[in-house]
Formats: sequence, C-alpha cells, structure tokens
Amino acid sequence: MAIKVDIANVSKHYGDADEDDFVQALDGVSIALKDGEFVSFLGPSGCGKSTLLHIVAGFERASRGEVRVNGKPIAGPGADRGVVFQDYALFPWLTVMENVTFGLKLKALPPPECRGIARELIGLVGLTGFEDRFPHQLSGGMRQRCALARSVANDPEVLLMDEPLAAIDALTRNALQEEILKVCGARDGRPGKSVIYVTHSIEEAVFLSDRIAVMTPRPGRILEIIAVPFERPRSDGTRLAPEFTQLAGKIWNTLKSYVRPD
Amino acid sequence: MRRGGPRLAHLVILPIAVIVLWEICARLEIINPIFLPMPSRIFAAAERLLADGELLRNVADSLQRIAFANIVAIGIGVPLGFFMGLYRPFEEIMDGLINLVRPIPPLAWIPLAIVWFGLGEVSVVFITLISAFFAILLNTIAGVRGVDKSLIRAALSLGATRRVLITKVVLPATLPSLFTGFRIALGVSWMSIVAAELIAASSGLGFMINYYRELLRPDLILVGMLSIGIIGFLMDRALQWLERRLLPWRVGLHL
Repeated sequence: MAIKVDIANVSKHYGDADEDDFVQALDGVSIALKDGEFVSFLGPSGCGKSTLLHIVAGFERASRGEVRVNGKPIAGPGADRGVVFQDYALFPWLTVMENVTFGLKLKALPPPECRGIARELIGLVGLTGFEDRFPHQLSGGMRQRCALARSVANDPEVLLMDEPLAAIDALTRNALQEEILKVCGARDGRPGKSVIYVTHSIEEAVFLSDRIAVMTPRPGRILEIIAVPFERPRSDGTRLAPEFTQLAGKIWNTLKSYVRPD
Repeated sequence: MRRGGPRLAHLVILPIAVIVLWEICARLEIINPIFLPMPSRIFAAAERLLADGELLRNVADSLQRIAFANIVAIGIGVPLGFFMGLYRPFEEIMDGLINLVRPIPPLAWIPLAIVWFGLGEVSVVFITLISAFFAILLNTIAGVRGVDKSLIRAALSLGATRRVLITKVVLPATLPSLFTGFRIALGVSWMSIVAAELIAASSGLGFMINYYRELLRPDLILVGMLSIGIIGFLMDRALQWLERRLLPWRVGLHL
C-alpha cells in the first residue's frame, strides 16, 4: 500500500547545544504511515510525541530530517493534515454546525453541500440536535465530538490527534474511542483515514491502533514499533479479550523503566 | 458574573438607605445644609433644572462630546491596535512613543489643548479623546495578542489563509476585549470630560457644576454630580446588554 506520511530521521532540539537550556526533544525519529493506517505514538511525558505531531502538522519545524505527506515535503500547516487538539480548539463564536463547516466553506463548496457533509458527520459523532448550540453549551465530550467532526469533514489526507481524550472523563473516553474508530474508519465505500494519534494511555493506543510507536524520553526516540493484530471493527469485546490485556501488559513492561517519578 | 447582573432590589437598597439616613441627619441638623443640602432639596433642584431644560441641555452637550471623542478614538485606536497586535515589528516601533505618552494624565493635556485649540468644543473633545484612545488601543492590542494559539492552529489546519485568519478568527476572538475597551473608555471619558469642561467649556455637566460652585449652590452641584453617576451607570449597563446581544457565545466565558 502507498506510503501516506513519511517521517524520515526527524530531530528537534530547543536552545543552543552548549547552553543549559538545551533540550533534545526528538532524536532521529523515522516511521512511515501507510494509507489508511492508524498509528499511535505512545510514551511518557517528555518523550517528544506531541512535538512530533506538531512537526507533522507544520506548527513547528524539524531541526533535522523531513516529513513528507503523499511524497511532498510539508511547509507549514495546511488543510491536508487535519488536527484534533486536546483542548478542542472549537471557535467559541460559532455554533456546532458553523464549526464543522468552517473548513468546507474555505474550500468554496456550495453551502448546501457544506451543510450536507456537516450533517452527516454531526450525526456520526452523535451530535444531531445540537447543531445550533455554541461550544460553551456542550460538555467536554461533546465538544471533542464536534472537533472530531470538524476535522474529518474537511477530508484531510491524514488526521493528527494530540491526546484528544486526555481531558475527558474515563467513561466518556471509552465511548469516544469507538466514535473515533467509526469516524476514521472506512465508510460508504470510502477508505479509512490515515491517523497519527498521540497518547500516554497504553489501553487507548492498543484499542485504536494498527501499529504503536512506543517512545522514550530524553531524548525522544522510538523504542519499538508494535503491530496490533486485533480484527476491526473493534468494540467492547476487544477490550475484554485476554490478548488485549496481554499486549497492554507487554507494552507496560517495556515502558515501565522509562517512567520516572517527577 | 451572573448573566442578568444583580437583581434590581439589591441594586437600589443601599442608595435608598443612604438617602433616607442623609435626609434624617439633615432634618435633625446634624449636617450643615450649607455644605451638604438635604436630598429633598436636591430633588427639588433637579426638578427645576429638568423643567427649564438646563440639565438636559448640558447632558446632551456632554454626551455629544463623549460620543464624538469615542468614535474618533475607536476609529484610530482599533485599527492601530490591530496592526500593533498582528505585526510585532510595528508594535516595537510604536511601543516607545506610546508608553511615553500614555502615563501623562489626560488632565495634563488641558493647558496645551487650550493653547492649541483655544477655549471651547475642540479642546474638550481632544482631552476626552486622549483618555478614551489609550483604553481602546491597549485593550485591542491585548485582545489580538490573547487570541488562543490553538484556535489559530486549528484554523490554519482547516485551510485558512492569512486573510481568513484575521477576519474569521482574530477579529471575532478580539471582540470581547474590544467591548471591555469601549466600556473602560466610556468610564474614563466621563472623568476627563468633566475636568475639561470645568476649564474650557461654556456648557456641559462639568461647566454646570463649576457654574453653580460660583453661585454657591451645593444642591445644584450635587444634581450635576449625580447626573454623571446615573448616566455613566446606564451607559455601562447598555454596553453590557449590547455585548450580551452581539456576543451570545461569550456568556459562558464571563469572569
């Protein structure tokens, strides 16, 4: 299958090499995302996983190395890479419908078509009936559903999710993990989305991903890339399977020694 | 802050209590009425000033000056604040001058304004304009600067160009700060316009207050002062109401 995102030998440092404030956030990270693949970057804080996502998004520049999307080197943020933020980043002055159609309108699609696409996605994330609400009238989980719909509506080449469920309560989080798979997966004959997913939750990474890049801090490196063999579609049954717990346990054993008390 | 603001009953209970107590003290001659006339006399004086149109004429003159000064202040302050907020080098160039001028109290401009524009309308508007201008400028800059970085990034990742970013993200995100700026500007406008009218005008509430000082009429002075309080309060309320109407999404973000 075609390579969608090629992250080649990416390093990122902050500050000058001979100064005290020098930080090597990423050191020679390489991984290639296939079309439609869901890859999680998993690791403790300080492992550079969010920095890596920011580099792919174009918010930050790599100190060394290169990121290509569909073979083209990235230059700044763009609509080909949709981002879902931990703090939702919904426009507070726009309603749910207006938020979801924000990117579609910029593509100069006719308004009825914008609303059609938006309505479909709003329905898919379970926000039908809330189209005219403002973000402050929604719960955290609903806000993230709206943000998810907004990113997917834009039909980007790749979705970048930066700990999207970190601020969501545990019960809602489980439900939202399934929503993410539903929205990003293949539907209506369209292939599934390529997703880069940043998280510090082992369980989340195992449930969602095709592959997990386990990262370690100081400097940020990929320690191991683990393939997740579970069938799709995944559901609560997946979580209860002994293989699920086994894999999560194995990853925890790998990571444990890198998680230091602060 | 609660959405509807405090209840009317809570709002008026203390002023009414003060007035009643004051009246009682005055009637018992605990307070010398030459220094502080009793409320009933002030009301009577207010009635007289209202009846012959003097009060309304002065209020209208002051309001007109404030409106004019604020419209000009907004016209200059908002665009300038936007440019300063958006373009760092421009802000750095402007910063020195602005921070040098800003600490000068508007009242210190009065003598110079009189030298430049003479006694009259232009001087009063100029003084009011200076005080309103800085409130609007600084709040605009702060608003533009304070736009949530995530919103900018989200817009860029949804395909926003620089122009879209400014008109569809920075502008709406800055509106609450603009309103705060307008409210502060109106407040300081009253402070400086009264001072300017004391010296440089022949009408307006500031002039009226000073005029009755010369006639030794504390009751009429107090009518002028209370008018400013009431009008200032009502204008602030009107702006708050307008903000709730125009920015309904802000309801949840009130401090």
